[in-house]
Amino acid sequence: MAETQKNKSNRSGLPYLHKSNSGISGLDEITGGGLPTGRPTLLCGEAGSGKTLMSVEFIVRGALEYNEPGVFMAFEEKAEELAMNVASLGFDLQKLQQDKKIRVDHVHIERSEIEETGEYDLDGLFIRLGHAIDSIGAKRVVLDTIENLFSGLSNQNILRAELRRLFHWLKSKGVTAIITAERGEGKLTRQGLEEYVSDCVILLDHRIVNQISTRRLRIVKYRGSVHGTNEYPFLIDEEGISVLPVTSLLLEKEVSMERVSSGIKSLDKMLGGEGFYKGSSILVSGTAGTGKTSIASYFANEACKRKERCIYFAFEESPNQIIRNMKSINIDLKKHVDDGFLLFNASRPTLYGLEMHLVSIYKMIRKFKPSVVILDPITNLITVGSVSEVKAMLIRLIDFLQDEQITVMFTALTLNTVVNEQTDEGVSSLVDSWLYVRDIELDGERNRGMYIMKSRGMNHSNQIREFIITDEGIDLMDLYLGPDGVLTGSARESQQLREKTGEALKNQAANRMDREISRKRKVLEAKISSLTTEFESIEEELNKVYLEETLKKQISDNNKEQILNLRTGQSKKKNDDDAN
Amino acid sequence: MMMMPINPEVNTMEDMWELKLYVAGNTPKSATALENLKKYCEEHLFGKYRIEIIDLLVNPQLAEGDQIFAIPTLVKKVPEPIRRIIGDLSDKEKVLVGLNIIPVK
Repeated sequence: MAETQKNKSNRSGLPYLHKSNSGISGLDEITGGGLPTGRPTLLCGEAGSGKTLMSVEFIVRGALEYNEPGVFMAFEEKAEELAMNVASLGFDLQKLQQDKKIRVDHVHIERSEIEETGEYDLDGLFIRLGHAIDSIGAKRVVLDTIENLFSGLSNQNILRAELRRLFHWLKSKGVTAIITAERGEGKLTRQGLEEYVSDCVILLDHRIVNQISTRRLRIVKYRGSVHGTNEYPFLIDEEGISVLPVTSLLLEKEVSMERVSSGIKSLDKMLGGEGFYKGSSILVSGTAGTGKTSIASYFANEACKRKERCIYFAFEESPNQIIRNMKSINIDLKKHVDDGFLLFNASRPTLYGLEMHLVSIYKMIRKFKPSVVILDPITNLITVGSVSEVKAMLIRLIDFLQDEQITVMFTALTLNTVVNEQTDEGVSSLVDSWLYVRDIELDGERNRGMYIMKSRGMNHSNQIREFIITDEGIDLMDLYLGPDGVLTGSARESQQLREKTGEALKNQAANRMDREISRKRKVLEAKISSLTTEFESIEEELNKVYLEETLKKQISDNNKEQILNLRTGQSKKKNDDDAN
Repeated sequence: MMMMPINPEVNTMEDMWELKLYVAGNTPKSATALENLKKYCEEHLFGKYRIEIIDLLVNPQLAEGDQIFAIPTLVKKVPEPIRRIIGDLSDKEKVLVGLNIIPVK
């Protein structure tokens, strides 16, 4: 058996238990590798709990995926009925039978056709089963439901002895077997088969709480192996059974330093300028009508714009409703849906139990491989579970998403407006970033304020911002701090207007002073120039007097000389010379 | 496989009782069953019965067709209805009632 997994406890070199992969999604994780190879496993549960389906899947997966042919011995359904019943899961039993991968043998036991007279044994069954096993080289066997023998035959002593022999014989054949049995009152099985099959016992349960049904699986015992002991929810859908293992409780996650934008620039700025960490979890909580869905849609829109995939789980509105509503704030989600980047999954929380929601979310995420997931709103999940259950579910979801490095945004409706008292389903301590949107009532208006309650590992703003939704989209404004306190909405706008007016008036006043000064300067300058002119004219007068004096002196000197010359007789000659 | 002697006087198929006895090897239970069967047939169906013995150890593929799970099993196909009688056939009355040879009392 090439596909059997070795048990990890093989360190000492002692013989260890081989395990065969069941191929059922999730079951191998819980059992640590599958069912015990070469031993019978008892699968018990009430009617309709999925025993037959699980055992068929065990056989089919074994044949298809692990190359281990299998025999399905049906005590309840005819081969054709069985083939029809599992065809909905995409299992083609007829073809597998033709290919000699599986063999279905219907054991018909009809009490009215049977008469018991004296001693007998079940060698016929042994031979039949042995022949079926040998004809296709089967490694896996299912007996569904062998307890039907008890209703067809009356000699219990023989039956019990023969069943004990059958299980021993199966072990000696070395086939990995599943024996299904009906759940009994106060016992695991109606006929106490657990006494005979004691290597591995799996219990299926189908419980209805608050009118919502959840299928669960529990490994009651697994001899020689460690196994998960919890009750694990499982889902039956068109792909068969998926068991949801509770994710590891170890806190050893890879962390990313990469940042992703929230799609709102001003919000990114509040978050250290770059947005959230990739793979982190974000909670947006707030009272009704504060724009939580809008924030979530922005985030989804941004992821799609980056060409990343996003799944939007809507628990309140239908996809078309969200698309229409978001169009009004200038976000076109339809385009992303058409391009295959955005996937909406809308379901009422009451559609199925919490665990089922979780399983279906897991499955969708595994399939679509998004990098961003949005759950809007988680508050509605409360309708199908208690607060602690929702919290447990979200822990597991966050764990899983962190493993896959998927960024998740939850929205939550808060009914209690006192922030410190409400805990948002107790997830606020789990998430990495918590945005809180709240109403601010002032002057007969209701405005929105947003702040970051926490954001692990980054420098984030401690301010309250006014959160505005317009036709153009979302924006965050600095909250206006006026002289009378915090102002929002139209109060903020009117205050801003008032201040603008004041500024204009002030400017006006300043301008007038400026003009006054320049006029004064002009007057002064004029005065200065007139004084200068006065000074110049006085100076000129003085100069004139000087010149006259000099001229007078010169003339009188000349006259004096002439008189002198006349007196000395030279005056005539002189006069002649002058005449010449 | 062995055939029991047929009474030449009764030859029409309608009157024939076709009985198959499934065994697995030669076990005491099978031997007892066959012994008992022969005795009842000689007493009540003299000359108009045919017994076929099928050893599933030799022909295991025949087990599925006749829905055999217990050994020994006696199957009566003809005349209708089909009846199966399991065990060593030690309870004479049950066998005869089961084979519709005598009515239920």
